Amino acid sequence: MMTAGEGRLPENIAYFARALRAAGLPVGPGAVVDAVAAVEAAAIGTREDFYWTLHAVFVKRHEHSVIFDQAFRIFWRRRALLEKLIAMMSPIAPGFERPADRPQAGAARVAEAFPTGAREPEKSRETVEFSARLTVSDRELLQGKDFAQMTAAEIAAAKRLVAELSLPDDRVPVRRYLAAATGSRIDARRSFRRSLRTGGALIELAFREHAEKHPPVVALVDISGSMAEYSRLFLHFLHALAEKRRRVSSFVFATRLTNVTRELRARDPDEAMARASALVKDWEGGTRIAHCLAAFNRLWSRRVLGQGAIVLLFTDGLEREVTRDLAFEMDRLQRSCRRLIWLNPLLRFDAFEARAQGIRAMLPHVDEFRAIHNLAAMGDLCRALSAERSAEADPRKWLRKVA
Amino acid sequence: MFQPAQLPASIDATLALLKSAGYVADRPLATVLFLSLKMGRPLFLEGEAGVGKTEIAKVLAASLGRKLIRLQCYEGLDVASAVYEWNYAAQMMAIRLAEVAGTVDREVLEADVFSERYLTRRPLLQALEPDTAGAPVLLIDELDRTDEAFEAFLLEVLADFQVTVPELGTIRAEHPPLVIITSNRTREIHDALKRRCLYHWVDYPNATRELAILKAKVPAAPARLSKEIVAFVQAIRKEELFKVPGVAETLDWASALVELDAVALDPTLVSDTLGVLLKYQDDIQKMQGTKAKEMLDAIHASLRAAE
Repeated sequence: MMTAGEGRLPENIAYFARALRAAGLPVGPGAVVDAVAAVEAAAIGTREDFYWTLHAVFVKRHEHSVIFDQAFRIFWRRRALLEKLIAMMSPIAPGFERPADRPQAGAARVAEAFPTGAREPEKSRETVEFSARLTVSDRELLQGKDFAQMTAAEIAAAKRLVAELSLPDDRVPVRRYLAAATGSRIDARRSFRRSLRTGGALIELAFREHAEKHPPVVALVDISGSMAEYSRLFLHFLHALAEKRRRVSSFVFATRLTNVTRELRARDPDEAMARASALVKDWEGGTRIAHCLAAFNRLWSRRVLGQGAIVLLFTDGLEREVTRDLAFEMDRLQRSCRRLIWLNPLLRFDAFEARAQGIRAMLPHVDEFRAIHNLAAMGDLCRALSAERSAEADPRKWLRKVA
Repeated sequence: MFQPAQLPASIDATLALLKSAGYVADRPLATVLFLSLKMGRPLFLEGEAGVGKTEIAKVLAASLGRKLIRLQCYEGLDVASAVYEWNYAAQMMAIRLAEVAGTVDREVLEADVFSERYLTRRPLLQALEPDTAGAPVLLIDELDRTDEAFEAFLLEVLADFQVTVPELGTIRAEHPPLVIITSNRTREIHDALKRRCLYHWVDYPNATRELAILKAKVPAAPARLSKEIVAFVQAIRKEELFKVPGVAETLDWASALVELDAVALDPTLVSDTLGVLLKYQDDIQKMQGTKAKEMLDAIHASLRAAE
């Protein structure tokens, strides 16, 4: 039996781990040690077992399975090599020395396999030049437009805006209890300890109260052409919000839905925007609201809308083709969250009326309808999130006007 | 005592062990389960509701003859209900009795009331105790239902298999329990916790395996009916539904149809019993009537062609 120190397999696994890291999987050195131990423990007999053994150690998210699969195929495609390595690992076959040039071959394979990158369906992070070649697509305006290319004045304005905002301090009680000076429940443990101080003669009661927490915020941001000027500032706002509280999920959509939560976590707002823009393929394309909402409802709603989430839907509601689906998906979205707030920059016009078909289809299904076109409106939103619902944002008001 | 010989020695043995207990597993699952047993790592199972995640822990405990300790997670789960709690009433009583006897020495009293006698053990602490049948199977069910604070606490327990009770000291497991964690992915579990586990996504089974599961779990179902049920469920999973049925729903549906003495599927029967399979009104509406009939016709045609 071979130990971790011998042979080429540990080395090759290390190379493979490096390739996975290059492809975007969070694989640490600890995982490599685990993988070698796992391969030894499993006494691998077939390629499939080898595949699932490495899978068990390296993959920590369902989405990463696809990338792992691609990487595995490319890296271990030399069938004979893998078979030989397996033979070396098996207790029957005696271990034999491999030609000295083999480990380099492994490294070379990674180098040749991954920079082409185009075969990673989920996590492709193309450079700007690469996506520029894709703009020929007739269905979407695939622009690798760099968020960082905002004018200096814009950035300054956004930063000032975000810095000056007092972000919402909304809290909802959770089921966990915390010690409190005056609370609704007796804290038996602390009371008991206190009474011991006096030898048990007196019982001084200690109390506890429900803990409070920021509810999760889920933002769905329309980044289609008509919204461009506003969506950038709003993403800055989300970035600031995500710094202050933990549970903020951000999605952007125009013709398709993209989750940019992880990208917006970067500390520096410019870096966060750059990362997000590299990920998004339909920046300033057309809008397909119903389609994107359906994708959100089906793929994400159960994963991010738990524990009383507030949804901020940021769109002008100008859907090109309004079908029954739009109202249906809005209805489903409203029923899956605690509070659905529609932020619409069109409300900046004094003469705004809910005449567009898309807007009329969506309005009955939101809890609040608010403007979001300037600093003042953003401040209003923060105050509204901290407070209870108010009548001024009642969506029915707008429906009654045009009825 | 803990007997390593009891654990399966290979992936094939794991597969056979699960099969002998009536769980039809695929090879990837057997591989990851075997590795988790062999390496002593917790197994993190994620997947849609009703694909048999919890069942794995139950089957494992039953087939290895180990005790199953289940911790059902919920929002606000705290140390008092997951790990231990002091029995305050009994402690109070002890103090009063000491008072009456007139032997109130604070040091002695404190050591006395904070002894193991007054400790109520909750699942996590129970799992660390030695057991004659070998280390127990600890099932931490639906971890996504609880909050991040509890997840952080679990890190300590899963890393070292030890729990610290301030008044007593650190309690360590002599033989670490076999830990299985499940999640329905209603939120993402933090990477730090996942890193300590072996991860596996439990998917819906393919037609062959689902038929094998159905035969094992609902043996009363006629062969033809079983085939039709599996074909229908497999077809329905390809539809754009809000919640596609899991294996649990397939088994429920099969049992329901057996109770109704059905020998084959027909459109009215399907429409009447669709509520067993689909749990959202929109989904049921989408599948009822002509759609169900179309799907059934296609299934009948393909089954006939296969014969």
